[in-house]
Amino acid sequence: MPTNKKILELKEKRQKVLLGGGEKAIEKQKAMGKRTARERILALLDKGSFNEYDLFVEHDARDFDMDKKSLPSDGVIIGSGTIYGAPVAIFAQDFTVAGGSLGLMHSRKITKIMDHALKMRMPLIGINDSGGARIQEGVNSLAGYGEIFFRNTISSGVIPQISVILGPCAGGAVYSPALTDFVFVVDKISKMFITGPEVIKTVLGEEISMEDLGGARVHSEVTGNAHFYSQSEDECFEQIKKLITFIPWNNSRKAKAFEPSEPSPEYDISRIVPEDPTLPYDVKDVIKALVDDSDFFEIMELYAKNIVIGFGRMGGRTAGFVANQPYEMAGVLDVDSSDKAARFIRYCDAFNIPIITLVDLPGYLPGVDQEHAGVIRHGAKVLYAYSEATVPKLTVILRKAYGGGYIAMSSRHLRADFVFAWPTAEIAVMGPEGAANIIFRKEITTADDPDSVRKQKVEEYKAKFANPYVAASRGYVDAVIEPEETRKFLLHSIEVSENKVVPMPEKKHGLPPF
Amino acid sequence: MEKDEKPEYLNINSSLYQTRLSKKFRERKNYAPADPKIILSFIPGTVLEIFVKEGQGVKKGDNLLILDAMKMQNRLKCSMDGKIKSIKVQSGDKVPKGVVLLELE
Repeated sequence: MPTNKKILELKEKRQKVLLGGGEKAIEKQKAMGKRTARERILALLDKGSFNEYDLFVEHDARDFDMDKKSLPSDGVIIGSGTIYGAPVAIFAQDFTVAGGSLGLMHSRKITKIMDHALKMRMPLIGINDSGGARIQEGVNSLAGYGEIFFRNTISSGVIPQISVILGPCAGGAVYSPALTDFVFVVDKISKMFITGPEVIKTVLGEEISMEDLGGARVHSEVTGNAHFYSQSEDECFEQIKKLITFIPWNNSRKAKAFEPSEPSPEYDISRIVPEDPTLPYDVKDVIKALVDDSDFFEIMELYAKNIVIGFGRMGGRTAGFVANQPYEMAGVLDVDSSDKAARFIRYCDAFNIPIITLVDLPGYLPGVDQEHAGVIRHGAKVLYAYSEATVPKLTVILRKAYGGGYIAMSSRHLRADFVFAWPTAEIAVMGPEGAANIIFRKEITTADDPDSVRKQKVEEYKAKFANPYVAASRGYVDAVIEPEETRKFLLHSIEVSENKVVPMPEKKHGLPPF
Repeated sequence: MEKDEKPEYLNINSSLYQTRLSKKFRERKNYAPADPKIILSFIPGTVLEIFVKEGQGVKKGDNLLILDAMKMQNRLKCSMDGKIKSIKVQSGDKVPKGVVLLELE
């Protein structure tokens, strides 16, 4: 026991503040199945690594009797620590203190740790659990949000930014997560919306529950605002820790290398893809057959399932995977899957992660709804993102690569560094049925037996064009390889791309179609 | 595909692909061109005042009703000469977006 009075005084002061909003409020928080803000930070960071700052910060609001209220730490905890040894800056809003509401000092604490993260070039993790603006502080709380959004934007692409939604995150507050790289949500705990159910009911007469409006499931499946979905806070923290192992600390580094290891023999790459291009399979099995330990860390698993994105390691090094999923919607590109892929490609490019693209798609999804939803603009994002990316770009054409889809999926023409094709690849302007119908329209319609002529013409087209060799004869494909050779070719490609340099014209910034 | 799963098919450029269809795709609405005789709420809001009666003749540019939304009183004007066939709302009604307010003939 220290005897120094001043040290005892400090201990006392700390003890008082550490209780946050008090025992009653903590009980309430637990009843909702939620941890307290401090418990969350301690559960997420390496044991004993958390250093807290600004513990004694207090608000100085005067209006509406706020001068009589003391809000411990002003409702947010900030500090830094490590996750598997990687430094991270972190803030966690404390719902037990005035509902985690954001006032001026609360926001200044957040912006302090954001500035710190940017200056020290380390990842930032924000745990959101807040009722929204502290209304009593008026325009000051709006200023606070704005200062946060500005820093999110300036830090974007420099340090990884992770948002964890562990409670309500409503109104303007949702724009901070939306500006960050990855958003984690937990079933029944996370709630995100611009206008809540009550306002929607009074203004519009529409009745909807919070869960159906902006729950974890909705943001993971329908809106695409969330990237990682889990059933519990524990599972969520495991996901965050795993993500941290795949990404670098900042944009001037590479992700940490691990010991290389082989994929599990459970995934036999030569037997996954059916030869018939109209039959489905799970492209995640192909990825698992390629990556170290068959460990594939999928992102946005529930949204736009027709494209699969995520991280795996190739020879110990992080690689980003983008793959069409024939299992879902035949693997087409559409508005949502284009958005999903384009953003991920830009993420990999910003953080020096090579991109491996696995291609098997019939093209873009036809339909009035798609056209009217702007599939032109959204589809263009994929072209933009691949063309702009300067990290190593490796492409494997597994089966179909038709039309605009072929071009968009990291083709040679968008400067893929290596393009490989399996013997099952069909690289053509469109599928044999569609192409035969157009090229041989006259022969087919004027024939006595149009069906048999059509069939014959489809076969003719297939034999001539539905293969990888036409593209290979032009050098658009670098090598036609057996499935078993894929990992070897990819590992070598990554190795020789280690020091890739791409000169780009000088510009302030490009204008991606968003 | 799961073993007991019923395969679905998607037609792209005359080829039929066996796959799963997304909920969004299955629930998509078929396109229908807009009918100028049907006046829809273009924004969710409250009907404040109705200026016309059923059976009344109207001219292009006549005020039909006020739809109060987002603190703005929107005056809905008639897009053609005609007659009011039916009025589907009353003043004070809260309406979502895309609801039939009145029909012309």
